[in-house]
Amino acid sequence: MDPLAIVALGSVITAGLTVAIGASAAAIGEARALDRGLASLAQQPDESAGITRTLFVGLAFIESSGIYCFVVSLILIFANPFLDLFR
Amino acid sequence: MDMTQLSPDEVILWQRGFVTINATIAFTWVLMAVLIVASWLVTRRLTSSTDIPKGQNALEAVVEFLRDEISEVTGGDRPTAYLPFVGTLFLFIAVANLLAIIPGYLPPTASLSTTAALALAVFLAVPGYAVARQGPRAFLRRYVEPSPIMLPFTVLGDITRSLALAVRLFGNMMSSAKIVAILLVVVPFIFPVLFQALGLVFGMIQAYIFAVLAIVYIASGMTVTQKSASGAEGRTPEAATDTTESSGKEQ
Repeated sequence: MDPLAIVALGSVITAGLTVAIGASAAAIGEARALDRGLASLAQQPDESAGITRTLFVGLAFIESSGIYCFVVSLILIFANPFLDLFR
Repeated sequence: MDMTQLSPDEVILWQRGFVTINATIAFTWVLMAVLIVASWLVTRRLTSSTDIPKGQNALEAVVEFLRDEISEVTGGDRPTAYLPFVGTLFLFIAVANLLAIIPGYLPPTASLSTTAALALAVFLAVPGYAVARQGPRAFLRRYVEPSPIMLPFTVLGDITRSLALAVRLFGNMMSSAKIVAILLVVVPFIFPVLFQALGLVFGMIQAYIFAVLAIVYIASGMTVTQKSASGAEGRTPEAATDTTESSGKEQ
């Protein structure tokens, strides 16, 4: 295999693994946060505005780790800086 | 934008010499023109009677919503002071993402340049508001409390949260545009429309999150003297999610 193929193969496999692991971990975290958020909403419907806002902001924080993985994998696929070294 | 292009930065519309007009710049101009002209048309004839025009009704609803959100986060603390900045952020991002229903339009928020500029504005607004409100001494004291050992971590936290703000909006909007572009190649029928609709929902949520986070950051820059007065409102969202996590573990 020439070096270009090796780099491309490694990039594609790594991109897939990055999204798979990153997305599932972020999803588990968000699901736990949503679980607690819904439970709190059921217990205290009067506080729904505050709980919902905190939930959204917290979910945004958790989600950013998944987004990082997604951005890294996109860079690996569409804007890989190492492919140009062997072209 | 086709499959190989990562962001609207790479879609070049006009180029002469070193001057390049890419899709991000062009659509940001369009966006500013739309916002300014629409606001001018609506606010040209404002009325305080009970029979109000449709446009004024719509804008009043938006302003009311933003004022409510700001005063809830800051603990009822002068929403008018933060409304111009946070409201502009929200309106710009929301309209930028919502206009994606127009074919051929690429949201400028799908470019890291735009989101980095917005995050930089928030990064500068935090000390701006805090110094204007409490003076430079109170703002700088926040960095050395409870102990000066925390100084590098606080500074690092300020930088990384701005970075996260930029990358979050960029990642979300770019992924929406990207998924539609990929689906157009794979299944060009119906499915891209569904994902475009989903992208609109995410666009609104991201605009809301960006605005709320901007208020939260601005409010957290002023916590030191407000701690006794406002209590829980001064908490940062990191602390809020930490408590959620720990209470989940206790069970």
